Amino acid sequence: MRVFVYVTLLFPFAALPLARLATTRLHPRYATWLLTLAAVVLAGTSCGALGLLALAALVRIPAFARLGHLSTTIVEGGDPVSAAIALVAGVLFGAALLATVSFALTRTHALRLAFTHARRLPGRQSLVITPDPAADAYTVPGLPGRIVVSAGMLDALDEPGRHALLAHEHAHLSGHHYLYTSAARLAAAANPLLRPLAGAVDYAVERWADEDAARTVGDRRQVATAVARAAIATKHTRAHRSPALALGAVFSRESGRSLAGAGPVPRRVAALLDPAPATSLIALAAGLGFLAVASLCALEAANDLQDLLSLAHFVDRH
Amino acid sequence: MAPLRKVRTAENPRATRRAHGTLESAVLAILWAADGPLSPADVRERLAAHNGDGADELAYTTVVTILTRLFDKGALSREREGRAFRYAPVADEAGLAARQLTAMLDAATDRTAVLSRFVEDLGDHDEQLLRGLLDARLQQPAADAE
Repeated sequence: MRVFVYVTLLFPFAALPLARLATTRLHPRYATWLLTLAAVVLAGTSCGALGLLALAALVRIPAFARLGHLSTTIVEGGDPVSAAIALVAGVLFGAALLATVSFALTRTHALRLAFTHARRLPGRQSLVITPDPAADAYTVPGLPGRIVVSAGMLDALDEPGRHALLAHEHAHLSGHHYLYTSAARLAAAANPLLRPLAGAVDYAVERWADEDAARTVGDRRQVATAVARAAIATKHTRAHRSPALALGAVFSRESGRSLAGAGPVPRRVAALLDPAPATSLIALAAGLGFLAVASLCALEAANDLQDLLSLAHFVDRH
Repeated sequence: MAPLRKVRTAENPRATRRAHGTLESAVLAILWAADGPLSPADVRERLAAHNGDGADELAYTTVVTILTRLFDKGALSREREGRAFRYAPVADEAGLAARQLTAMLDAATDRTAVLSRFVEDLGDHDEQLLRGLLDARLQQPAADAE
């Protein structure tokens, strides 16, 4: 095997800088797209490379070579993959496959429950108000999805704040944001090195909904205030939950405000108090270029093995 | 009825029904967001403001129709004021059922996984930061808002 298969395995190590680049230099909509694409592509290519390494070693075992009608002399003439590397690659490949399938099943189940929940929620309107005194607001994905807001949350906000909240939740619904977060989590299940990307997608969809709300309401400060008030009200009225576990670091544009160690909510508020985000085309091109190179390396690695196997097959026949 | 933006979908009954559903949701959202009961004129005004440029402004009678329909469904309460009614949303047993369903969903699955919450839970440090940001905002004049 040539160098490409190993190089392919290195790209996921760039997840953290990639997450930082997208979060700080792109509009959250493009950041969501790029990060989700990156997670899926890098998970596919890195797991594919592991599979290739294991397969390349497998065909060198004479029994397997005979089974596949492959010429052992040709196969052995290919670049050797040491048995130890092949074993590690095989185990990692199996683990990734298992983790991916198990995550996919769990998430499908959770989504199916949510869809049922959305359908069963009373009324035909998308908005459901619960008489709950604790402040809470969330979107349930479904066909159609629903928005649930507690009376406590309505009490905690003024009128522009309620508009901001509803606009934010509507943005989640109409943008089908759960698809992005689920895809990124699936990728992170396959390759844990990609967790920073999944965490960044979670944050980016919230920012995306915030920016949509700011556009709908027409005032960034109103949305910033609503997010801050809602978060404080939630903390003080709801049964305590542990703070959300962020997957990987959360980044934000440095805006002269001290946000060291801050969680996602203060960062969202700070971003809304800053001017509307713009997309750096250079950063977007760099991100896409990086993914293109990763894909080409994976293709090249697959080609190497395929060439070797076709030759071995051909020689075995003649 | 005065021209309505959904006219072009009028020949497709399914699209029309969906458009009405969307309008009902929008009207209900506006009533929930309001501080008190609203007259049809208030609702129409806020709908137009909500849609931005006002290009999609609805006829007064359309708004009355939607409000009446929501009232008939039991989603709204109304009180007479002068010649018009003022409407307010009803928190009914529907909301209670929603709460029970949510509790079930909570128990059945990791709900943070599929539900998008408006705000994540805060740590103490985050709360301090937020209060700082809010104070800073209140000190700045609203004039620099876009």
